[in-house]
Amino acid sequence: MLNVNDINVYYGPIHAIQGISFEVKQGEIVSLIGANGAGKSTVLKTVSGLMRSKTGGIDFMGESIHNTAPHNIVRMGIAHIPEGRRIFQRMTVEENLEMGAFTQNSKKIDQSLEEIYFLFPRLKERRRQIAGTLSGGEQQMLAMSRGLMSNPKLMMLDEPSMGLAPILVRQVFDIIKTLHEAGTTILLVEQNAQMALSIADRAYVLETGKVTLTGTGAELVKSDEVKKAYLVG
Amino acid sequence: MSVFTTIVSQLINGLQTGSVYALIALGYSMVYGIILLLNFAHGDIIMVGAYTAWLFMVNFSQSPIIAVLAAIVASTVLGVVIEKVAYTPLRQAPRLSLLITAIGISFLLENLAQLIFGAGAKPMPKIVNVPSISLGSVSVSGTALVTLVVSVVSMLLLNLLIKRSKMGKAMRAVSEDTGAAQLMGININRTISFTFAVGSALAGIGSVLYSAAYPQASPTMGGMLGLKAFVAAVLGGIGSVPGAVIGGFCIGIAEAGASAVGLSVWKDAVVFIILIIVLIVKPTGLLGRNLQEKV
Repeated sequence: MLNVNDINVYYGPIHAIQGISFEVKQGEIVSLIGANGAGKSTVLKTVSGLMRSKTGGIDFMGESIHNTAPHNIVRMGIAHIPEGRRIFQRMTVEENLEMGAFTQNSKKIDQSLEEIYFLFPRLKERRRQIAGTLSGGEQQMLAMSRGLMSNPKLMMLDEPSMGLAPILVRQVFDIIKTLHEAGTTILLVEQNAQMALSIADRAYVLETGKVTLTGTGAELVKSDEVKKAYLVG
Repeated sequence: MSVFTTIVSQLINGLQTGSVYALIALGYSMVYGIILLLNFAHGDIIMVGAYTAWLFMVNFSQSPIIAVLAAIVASTVLGVVIEKVAYTPLRQAPRLSLLITAIGISFLLENLAQLIFGAGAKPMPKIVNVPSISLGSVSVSGTALVTLVVSVVSMLLLNLLIKRSKMGKAMRAVSEDTGAAQLMGININRTISFTFAVGSALAGIGSVLYSAAYPQASPTMGGMLGLKAFVAAVLGGIGSVPGAVIGGFCIGIAEAGASAVGLSVWKDAVVFIILIIVLIVKPTGLLGRNLQEKV
């Protein structure tokens, strides 16, 4: 479904992504794990078109999206739920959701809103509330719902558990599983390696801009290197 | 004339000029809100609007209505063209380059107008043909009446556009977080152009209303008018739409107040004293929020 082939991304003189390749197949949950600064978020930004790779290529559903504008990539069915949630703080909950459905027609929007409100009754209660006044957990729910509003085929989540209490982290991962069972393919970036590996079909370990290890979620949880680096402590 | 009559008629004067400032301030504020640019060419769009109206009435012998529409269209197109030609290529450049470019465009427009129309002012034919009305002892000119009605209607429409329409919501989203807005599938370039179009259309309306009150067009007329509208935008809190309206009316009333107490020579100074006070006491303006630096 998504094929990323030998991308190199720079922030000015800094070579942030050094020849990364990976793929996500239809129906999978794939996790990218790694320490701070390994380049996980940059990979997602490059897929969604916010950053550009100098080399290689990115294909989605058989089409090259290497030079496609971000808003057209959304249209093709990729939703990117960015790190730190980035909800529109000054807009209402419902306006946030409408923005998520910017590429959809109004009939589709009403239908998606209904589905989201069924899935997250909490957001329905607060639909007229200014989004900036929501709690952290509610904001994460809103960010994920907003991503869902575009009816994505592939959903990329960047650190969805960041800054959340353990009980909320579990809830977020439950939601990811629910979405996956409903047919959405998931690309997950996480520092919480334990959680990320436990739900992943396959995972890639990133270190300073390179893929150092890859395997199924179950293999990597048991791998000594991963244990040493991310799971102990 | 009783004191009351003087106060009321000066208040109406203030509201009249204030509503023009407000219309122009809206363009400053909306553009700043979306790309953090103080668009100093905005004032000169007013000048181009005024010349367009003059051209249509005097040279092409068109009715004022046609001239007004032409002025609004010309301002709108000019605003978008400036954005596309001068500002879009600098999207990634430091903000100072953008500001300097805006000032450059301002000089360019002023000098072009001087080249084409000459340095002298062109007398503007009558645009508004509405009789004045009397409210008790106070007489309100037709121009003042039309100015107030047109401005208020424009502002209400703008409010509706920003609050309810898809494009308006996209404008708010881009202004709050450009990156996140892109991830929603919002076309940033189109949204920014749309913002310039709306702001410039409002400047076009302002330009015609201003020309109705001060019936002449000159190459430098946009300078002082633009600066005062800019002060209005800062007073209201730059980036804030309701702030621009409040700021515009405040500046208009302050000017009229200065004239009323016999300081009409000082009225420009009064405006800039307000700017200095705002910058010292409350730099974010009446309704502004502390803008975090965008990353």
